[in-house]
Amino acid sequence: MSELAAAEHGHDHYDPEANKLGFWLFLFTELLLFGTMFIAFAMYQDMYKIEFIEGTHHQNIILGTVNTIVLLTSSLTMALAIQALRRGLKTLSIAYMAFTIVCSAGFCVIKFIEWSAKYHKGIFLLNENMDTLPKGEQVYYGLYFTMTGFHAFHVLVGALLIIWVMVAVAKGKVHAKRLSFIDNVGLFWHLVDLVWIFLFPLFYLIR
Amino acid sequence: MSEDKSEHIMPVIGYVGIWLCLIFLTGVTVAVSFVDMQNLTLFTALFVATIKSTLVLLYFMHLRHDQPIIFYMILACLGSYAVFVILTYSDYLYR
Amino acid sequence: MNPDSKNFYEVARGLTSWLFTTDHKRIGILYLICVMTFFVIAALLGITIRLELFSSNSEAGGSLLGGGEIYNRILTLHGVIMIFLFIIPAIPGVFGNFFLPIMIGAEDVSFPRINLLSWYCYIIGAALALFAILSGAIDTGWTFYVPYSAKTGANLILPLSAAYMLGWSSILTGINFIVTVHRLRAKEMKMFRMPLFVWASYATGWIQVIATPVVGITLILLLLERFLGIGIFDPTKGGDPILYQHMFWIYSHPAVYVMVLPAMGVVSEIIPTFSRKTIFGYSFIAWSTMAIAAIGSLVWAHHMFTSGMADESRILFSFLTFFVAVPSAVKIFNWLATMYKGSIHLEPPMIFGLIFVLLFSIGGFTGLMNGTLSIDIHIHDTAFVVGHFHYTMFGGVGVMFFGALLYWFPKMFGRNYNKKIIYLCGFLFFVGFNMLYGTMKWLGIQGMPRRYADYVPEYEFWNRVATVGSWVMVGGLFLMIFHLLYSVFKGSKAEDNPWEGTTLEWQTTSPPPLVNFNEPPQIPEKPYDYPEEVKS
Repeated sequence: MSELAAAEHGHDHYDPEANKLGFWLFLFTELLLFGTMFIAFAMYQDMYKIEFIEGTHHQNIILGTVNTIVLLTSSLTMALAIQALRRGLKTLSIAYMAFTIVCSAGFCVIKFIEWSAKYHKGIFLLNENMDTLPKGEQVYYGLYFTMTGFHAFHVLVGALLIIWVMVAVAKGKVHAKRLSFIDNVGLFWHLVDLVWIFLFPLFYLIR
Repeated sequence: MSEDKSEHIMPVIGYVGIWLCLIFLTGVTVAVSFVDMQNLTLFTALFVATIKSTLVLLYFMHLRHDQPIIFYMILACLGSYAVFVILTYSDYLYR
Repeated sequence: MNPDSKNFYEVARGLTSWLFTTDHKRIGILYLICVMTFFVIAALLGITIRLELFSSNSEAGGSLLGGGEIYNRILTLHGVIMIFLFIIPAIPGVFGNFFLPIMIGAEDVSFPRINLLSWYCYIIGAALALFAILSGAIDTGWTFYVPYSAKTGANLILPLSAAYMLGWSSILTGINFIVTVHRLRAKEMKMFRMPLFVWASYATGWIQVIATPVVGITLILLLLERFLGIGIFDPTKGGDPILYQHMFWIYSHPAVYVMVLPAMGVVSEIIPTFSRKTIFGYSFIAWSTMAIAAIGSLVWAHHMFTSGMADESRILFSFLTFFVAVPSAVKIFNWLATMYKGSIHLEPPMIFGLIFVLLFSIGGFTGLMNGTLSIDIHIHDTAFVVGHFHYTMFGGVGVMFFGALLYWFPKMFGRNYNKKIIYLCGFLFFVGFNMLYGTMKWLGIQGMPRRYADYVPEYEFWNRVATVGSWVMVGGLFLMIFHLLYSVFKGSKAEDNPWEGTTLEWQTTSPPPLVNFNEPPQIPEKPYDYPEEVKS
């Protein structure tokens, strides 16, 4: 066993380019995952133009805009955290990441406020009031809760990953010569941002 | 093969500049949505979103300075996705 | 070669050395054991289906299985196991894992631990799928079409999560292959010096990465539809059930190329080796592999011609479907041209390669019939379709799985098998196969529907022929499997290069050492380059 372990340890080369390539391929699966839901959105938007505009009018555009800015800012600080670590500034990098996590928490709180406002209006999944709405609006809200729900789930996972990489940076496992982990977490975080860049106008701004 | 190469490092000011562009474009797209443009609304919203996502891809995700293979792979991925959308839409367009 | 060096079996022993291995060769062997087990189970289920169809119940004797429900469950079980647990993982999981790194001169895949994870995803998915089908009747068929699947009382969580896990197993394998090809090629191994099996695995990896997530999210949306009523597929809430079919087939049609491309890759290895001749049109085959992967993603809606799609769209998809035949035909002609004036050695793997070319061509032609809109309306959901996809999937992929096993058996296990027994098995298989699926096509044109447990007496004669054919075919296959199993332990020692192959795996010992090569391999200028003296 030990001989095998020793020999297999030899397989464990650190190859940042391979790690990056592999992670991008994983991101493609994420893109297609959201992309499929965007296909559904596009087809129903085409079928129910008026109902979708009616649904958009029930969105809180201020909260949506604030959330967009929060997420864009968190994306900036994540990029800066990686840039700082690349220059060898460990503490600064950790501080940037901490700020990123605060932003992601802020995003989730605002999302929660929006969802609960809808909940109190009787607009929520499994709510009987939903059945009284026109067909297209039901699909609009179904898509809204599904897609923003999936996105919020990715924000949470991303935040957990950032906490994990923060610990790794603090322990010195991730440093200027071994950036793959933090690079890939950063890519994931930017992807979450990318998805929101499309979700926001489609659900809030097509009036 | 064994450690990260010292590749191009974009200065902090560059990142902040991109961020400002993104915020500005967000403002634009929100402001435009209050103007009644009929069918152009969807188009402008998607157009601005595409510009924003390109900025994020090129600078935050470092595609600009990465090995070109990743760029081509993304093109392949987005190309297949575009095909999925267009061919699915061919059904909804005529139904 | 260093005679003292241990092969990869000998470096460690015991169950944990297998279950926690990150060696790509061991993971390949793990896949082989699972895939073979599931194949035998599913083949027995197939025999049971044919037994039920041996006679028309309306005459006398009654149903063998005592009713349609058990028949439906066996039918679903046969399909699910064969598709998800055998064909999709078979060639990439076993031979891709084992030989892709060796063929490009690498020590392992890029992410060995993720490779192991993909095997565990497969095992978990397999367990969930089997448990789901055995614990209760799935009455939706393997396609889970809405709106029925959103309403049925059957428990769909287990089968859907099983499909999801198996999807991840497939994606992880795909990611690993793509990155390995890009990053771990030996220095002189340029992209266009790679063996064609590597090209095929590479293209397969791309389909797995791009298409599988689509079906993944579709299945999740279906679960959300069932439990949260999101309304995306529910017509009472404004949803469109045909959208589900689009999303489902966006993956599930390219999935057939996930199955067949690696098989074509194996043929492209076997035919030049046993013709002792450089492959004809290497770059054409490489590009046609990528072309199949690309065009195969454009044709999914030919599964939905009778679903109520728009006419214009149906014509478009029928038109696009014909294009897939072009790169497939390019490959077939190139293989034939490779054999022309070659020094053909009819060893067992070559026999299976030839069986593939013949059966897959027949399957391809009937595929064109299915893809023709007007004909498809007539033969949709008949036994003809069943005959067609068994010719491509079993006559193509299944045959090539065994062809690959026979080709690489000496390398994988360091043992030889008895060629005469294999010739007999190949003959039985070929005769039985055509009796079984050829008659199915004939029955389908006459109008016999698929999936039914019973039929009118007029169809009885040809159904009996098919059932007898199934015994001959499975008899041949099982004889081969048992003989190979016997040879793993009792066969005579194999040489390093019994077939005079030119690809890198034949330069190392049989079986290979843990690091694949004791000495750095010689990378040939061109793959499949035979010197003059070998040709004659």
